Amino acid sequence: MDNRFFVDGEHLSPAALEKKHRLETDSSSRTNHMEYMNGMERINSDIMEKVLAEMDNYDYSKYTAKDVKAALEHETCSIEDFKALLSPAAEPFLEQMAQRARLETSKHFGNTVYMFTPLYIANYCENYCVYCGFNCYNNINRMKLNMEQIEHEMLIISESGMEEILILTGESKSQSNIEYIGEACKLAQKYFRMVGLEIYPVNTEEYKYLHECGADYVTVFQETYDSDRYSELHLLGHKRVYPYRFDAQERALMGGMRGVAFSALLGLSDFRKDALASALHVYYLQRKYPHAEMSLSCPRLRPIINNDKINPLDVHEKQLCQIICAYRIFLPFVGITVSSRESESFRNGIVKIAATKVSAGVSTGIGDHESKYNGKESDGTEGDEQFEINDARSLDVMYKDIAAEGLQPVLNDYIYM
Amino acid sequence: MEDKLILGGHEFSSRFILGSGKYSLNLIEAAVRDAGAEIITLAVRRANTKEQENILDYIPKGVTLLPNTSGARTAEEAVRIARLAREIGCGDFVKIEIMRDTKYLLPDNNETIKATEILAKEGFVVLPYMYPDLYAARDLVNAGAAAVMPLAAPIGSNKGLATKEFIQILVDEIDLPVIVDAGIGRPSQACEAMEMGAAAIMANTALATAGDLPLMASAFKNAIEAGRKAYLSGLGRVLTRGASASDPLTGFLRD
Repeated sequence: MDNRFFVDGEHLSPAALEKKHRLETDSSSRTNHMEYMNGMERINSDIMEKVLAEMDNYDYSKYTAKDVKAALEHETCSIEDFKALLSPAAEPFLEQMAQRARLETSKHFGNTVYMFTPLYIANYCENYCVYCGFNCYNNINRMKLNMEQIEHEMLIISESGMEEILILTGESKSQSNIEYIGEACKLAQKYFRMVGLEIYPVNTEEYKYLHECGADYVTVFQETYDSDRYSELHLLGHKRVYPYRFDAQERALMGGMRGVAFSALLGLSDFRKDALASALHVYYLQRKYPHAEMSLSCPRLRPIINNDKINPLDVHEKQLCQIICAYRIFLPFVGITVSSRESESFRNGIVKIAATKVSAGVSTGIGDHESKYNGKESDGTEGDEQFEINDARSLDVMYKDIAAEGLQPVLNDYIYM
Repeated sequence: MEDKLILGGHEFSSRFILGSGKYSLNLIEAAVRDAGAEIITLAVRRANTKEQENILDYIPKGVTLLPNTSGARTAEEAVRIARLAREIGCGDFVKIEIMRDTKYLLPDNNETIKATEILAKEGFVVLPYMYPDLYAARDLVNAGAAAVMPLAAPIGSNKGLATKEFIQILVDEIDLPVIVDAGIGRPSQACEAMEMGAAAIMANTALATAGDLPLMASAFKNAIEAGRKAYLSGLGRVLTRGASASDPLTGFLRD
């Protein structure tokens, strides 16, 4: 079974529809996704080459129970061991993997769990990524908050006790330009101790500017590391350029950011290969930038507005748990974030094994924190959501739930330098 | 004569220092009540600014706060964090932690020496976390440190005294207190370090992850005291190889 991503909105003109259909069905109508567009910086890096070579050569069917057992016995987990842990042969060893993962997590993070919340400030987007609620052909309420509205949202979030915020936009450089995002970061510094960004990839100089505005952590999801599949899913816009996106974290570090986050969106392609590539992306970049903080997310596909059929296919909770345990054993020192895409029960369970960071009080819409946090009646001027969340717990409830699991919730672990 | 730990002119009876990392009310209670801790480390970067639980509220009166500079990657950053700690009311003690590697979290001795020099001049009681290197330890002494804090093993690893031989050299050659930090997983390892002449032990994970916190805290207290007493008493002879000759080889010497 495959996902059916293509949905035609009634709002589209015949010309727009025609272009959309052509992009969807005729690969010759699309640009070369490996070719840089004007203005995109090229850096000197061999990391993509290394990651893709490992991923292409990964045949997970050749690993056996013996390889998995050996991997679990080794004190440090090699790339080969990691490949075994991600393979189907490791599925019967999930409990042992979880035990080992918990040990590694406690060595590096104790029993702490960090909390953050995302703040979407705009949902305009120029990309056509077929699985995303913000895609430029999707008929949703578009919105971009002005500085006054952003500050209002930040105040409400800050009053809930949150100290770390992740600022997000749709990927539209014309609607949400760098200065706009920079100003939002400056505002965020007034209310939060840690400001992260999840925006369109930019050049080193622009990351440097955003860092000076107060941002210190950059998240970019590659979505899928399978270049061919990537080209079938990202049909239009800057995001179509695979290598520019791949090198975003490295440019962010070159621009002075303290840390970077990585992920594949599980369910888009072969999840074992995507998980391998995500972790190796971290592994090789860490060797090149050993001072940098790094973290992995592990989102699965979720339904979006106008398409409730989207699902993560063969990545069930069991597979997700296997991936997260394998990440932890291979990369004991990296943060692992589990977002509100996952259920309450899954998140309660996984923080005891390997996850070190969870979101709380989440909205993926625009300008709706007051109605979501304080029950204020919506005045209908809100922007639509990127995807449907699964776990809507507030910071307060999440904090208590984590403490009830015998863990230590941490709201801040950070000083901006 | 009373056996006191002296750091920058301040006297302490206890030789157990609670590390930062995994804090909770229970842990602090156990460390103070059952392990006798008089010094508790605080990660400045984790001090919350809002009304939610703040570690400063947990610290009982009479306990000395030891803010650390974790999160710093350079001497300059460590200095800024130390000054911030002083501003928010953490006192004059500071533990310098400077790491430029997020995988192993090993301390950078060079940057640590630089930060120690600056902060000691500003009147801080500086306790630098370090990789046990004799030259670096001597430089830290000259820079004005109040003690040196060599690591026993990579932080959080609970591997015990992996750097034993090198810590022994510091104990033998450095006139400041040598406080063993990081890697101590069991009371027996703490005891061993104290027997070697370490002045104090810093631990956190070993306690925080124990099944019965108060019981483990008192086990550490006893182990540290036992090791200290053994050190002060002068350890008895321990043969490392073979047996002792009953007829001494030098028995023939006459005048």
